[in-house]
Amino acid sequence: MNGMVNESPGGDLRLDGLTKRFGRITAVDGLDLTVAQGSFFALLGPSGCGKTTTLRAVAGLEEPTSGRVLLGDRDITRLRPHRRPVNTVFQSYALFPHLNVHENVAFGLRRRGIRSVDAEVARMLALVRLDGFGPRRPAQLSGGQQQRVALARALINQPQVLLLDEPLGALDLKLRRQMQVELKRLQIEVGTTFVQVTHDQEEAMTMADTVAVMNAGRIEQLGGPADIYEYPATAFVANFLGQSNLLAAEAAGPAGSEVPVTAHGARFSVPADRARADRGAVHLGVRPEKLHLAGTDAGLPAGHQHVAGVVTDASYVGVSTQYLVRTAWGGELSAFVANSGLGGQLPIGASVVAHWDPRHAFLLPREPGHGDRAAGRLDAPVGAAP
Amino acid sequence: MSAFRWLAERWVMGVALLVLGYLALPVLVVAALSFNRPSNRLSYDFAEFTLDNWRQPCATPEMCDAVLRSVQIGFVSTVVSTVLGTLMAFALVRHRFAGRSGTNLLVFLPMATPELVMGTSLLALFVSAGVPQGFWTVVVAHVMFCLSFVVVTVRARLAGMDRRLEEAAADLYAGPWQAFRLVTLPLVLPGIVAAALLAFSLSFDDFIVTNFNSGTTVTFPMYVWGAAQRGIPPQVNVVGTAMFAIALLLVLLTSVRKGTLLTHSVEEGPPVNNT
Repeated sequence: MNGMVNESPGGDLRLDGLTKRFGRITAVDGLDLTVAQGSFFALLGPSGCGKTTTLRAVAGLEEPTSGRVLLGDRDITRLRPHRRPVNTVFQSYALFPHLNVHENVAFGLRRRGIRSVDAEVARMLALVRLDGFGPRRPAQLSGGQQQRVALARALINQPQVLLLDEPLGALDLKLRRQMQVELKRLQIEVGTTFVQVTHDQEEAMTMADTVAVMNAGRIEQLGGPADIYEYPATAFVANFLGQSNLLAAEAAGPAGSEVPVTAHGARFSVPADRARADRGAVHLGVRPEKLHLAGTDAGLPAGHQHVAGVVTDASYVGVSTQYLVRTAWGGELSAFVANSGLGGQLPIGASVVAHWDPRHAFLLPREPGHGDRAAGRLDAPVGAAP
Repeated sequence: MSAFRWLAERWVMGVALLVLGYLALPVLVVAALSFNRPSNRLSYDFAEFTLDNWRQPCATPEMCDAVLRSVQIGFVSTVVSTVLGTLMAFALVRHRFAGRSGTNLLVFLPMATPELVMGTSLLALFVSAGVPQGFWTVVVAHVMFCLSFVVVTVRARLAGMDRRLEEAAADLYAGPWQAFRLVTLPLVLPGIVAAALLAFSLSFDDFIVTNFNSGTTVTFPMYVWGAAQRGIPPQVNVVGTAMFAIALLLVLLTSVRKGTLLTHSVEEGPPVNNT
C-alpha cells in the first residue's frame, strides 16, 4: 500500500488533549498521555470510563472531537484506519469467518501487496503456538485459539503499536491466567508497544509496565502497578485497584515529617510523603492485608497505630482469611490475614486490636460529607494474596 | 403403556413425514404427468408412460415462446430488483437518514398489498400515463414487488453481520472498497443469492399482476391459464418438473459446497479444542 507510514522509525504514542463526545455524553475528556515505545501499557477502568473509545481513536475507528493522536513526531489524528501502522486485537476477535486461519493471518500482508506470505504466516502461527492450524476455519477453534489467531493476525504486520481491547475477556479464568503469561512473553519477544484496555485490575497489574486508571473519561492515576497499588491517588483508585479501608478523618496540616489526623475521636499520623492531602477533610487509607489483628494492644510492634474492635465476620479463602472488624464507632474494617500456619483462626465475636504500620497508610483528599469506605469483603483480595 | 410410549416417542416424526408428503405430493404428480401420454386433450389421468414429452418439449411452440418470455422477464426483473434491493438494504441497515422508517414501511407495503389491487392500480397508472403494455410494463411490475422481498432478505443477512469484521479489515490495511469486496460482500453474498432466487421464482410464477399489465405479451403462467380451457399440453408438466429439478440442484450444490449436506454445519458443532 502506498501512503503507509511503516517506514518511519516509530516512537512514543502520544495523546494530546484527546476528547470524544457522543452527543451530550463526553466519553473521553481531554486525555493527555504518553506511552513509551516498547512498553506494555494498560488502560484500566470500569465499563463506560472511555478506555475503549480511547483505543479506537488510536486505531482510527473513532474520530476524536478534539485533540491529537501522535506516533513519534507524526500526527495521525486524521489518518484513515487502513493507513495507520497500528493493529488491533478486537474484543471478540473479529476473525473473518469465511477465511481459514492462514488467510486470516495473511490478510494484512496481502493488503500491502506482499505475495509470498506462507513462511511469515507459519512463523507467526508458531509464535502463538498454533502450528498446523492454518487450514482450519475460526469456528473450528476454541476461544483461546481464536484469541491467539487474532493476535497473530495483528502482530504479523509488525505494527508500531498493538492495541488490545479486553483481549482476554471472553476466556475462562484458567485460560486467562495462561494467556496473560503468553501475552507478556510475546510482548517481550517482539518488543512492540502494547496498549491494552481492560476492566480487570489483576490483568492490568500482572501484564503492564504502566497502568493508567481511567474514570469518567479522565485518567485518575498513572504509574507502575506497584506504585499505584501502594500509594493510590484517589479514593476511586484505592478501591478499583484492589481494596482499601478508608477512614473519614480531619487533618490540620503537616507537623514535621508527619501529618497528624483525627478520625472518630482517635489520633493517628501518616508520613508526610504518603499524604495526597494534609489539610481539612481526608481519608486515612490502609490496605486490608496491611491491617494486622492482635488479641490485645500490649506488645504491638513499635510505632504501630491501632483501633480496637470486634470480629463480626470471617471468610476463609484458603490462602488467607478475610475478617471484618467492627470498631467502637460502628464502622467496619477489613483485614486479610495470611494462613501461614502461625496462629489459629479468630472466632466471630472475639475482641481484637487492628493495628498497622503508619508507613503503609496513606492520606487521600475527601469530599466533606463522605464517610468511611470499608473494603468490600465479597471482592477477591487481588494483590493481597500471599 | 408401552404402546403409549412407542407412540409418544414417534408421533412427531410421523407428523413430520405427513407434512413432507403433503408438500411433495403435487410435485410428484406433476413429475409423473410429465411422462404421461394422455388419452385425450382434457384428460388428467395417467394413461401410458412415454418419454416423448421430454424429447420434444417444444411440440407446442407457443408454450416454449411463453417459457422463454418468462425467463427473460424473470432474468431482467431479478437483476434489477437484486441490485436495487441490495443497495436499499445497505442504506437501511448502515445509515441513519431522514425518512428511514418511512422507507422501511414503504418496502413492506408491496408485500402486504393484495396482488389484485397492485395489478389494477398499475394498469390504471400505465393507461393514464399512456404507456403501452407489454414486456417492459411487466418487468416494471415485477421489479416493484420483487424489490421488497430482496430488501427484506438482504437486510436480515446484513443486520446479522458483525460490524467489527469491517473494522478489522480496515485495521488490517484494507481500504473501504477492499474491505467491502473481501469481507462484507462474501459474508452477505448468501443473502443476496437467496434474494435473487426468490425474486426469480416470484417473477416466473406471477400471474395476477402480469395479467393486468402484459398487453399482448404472453408469459408461461398466462399460457398455462389460457391452455387450461382447451386442454393443457403435457409439456407444461415437463417445464414444471424441470424448474423444480433446477431449483433442487441449486440447493444441493450450495449444500455440497458448504459441506453441510450430510453433516451438521460446522458452527453448530462443539469447538475442536487442541490446547
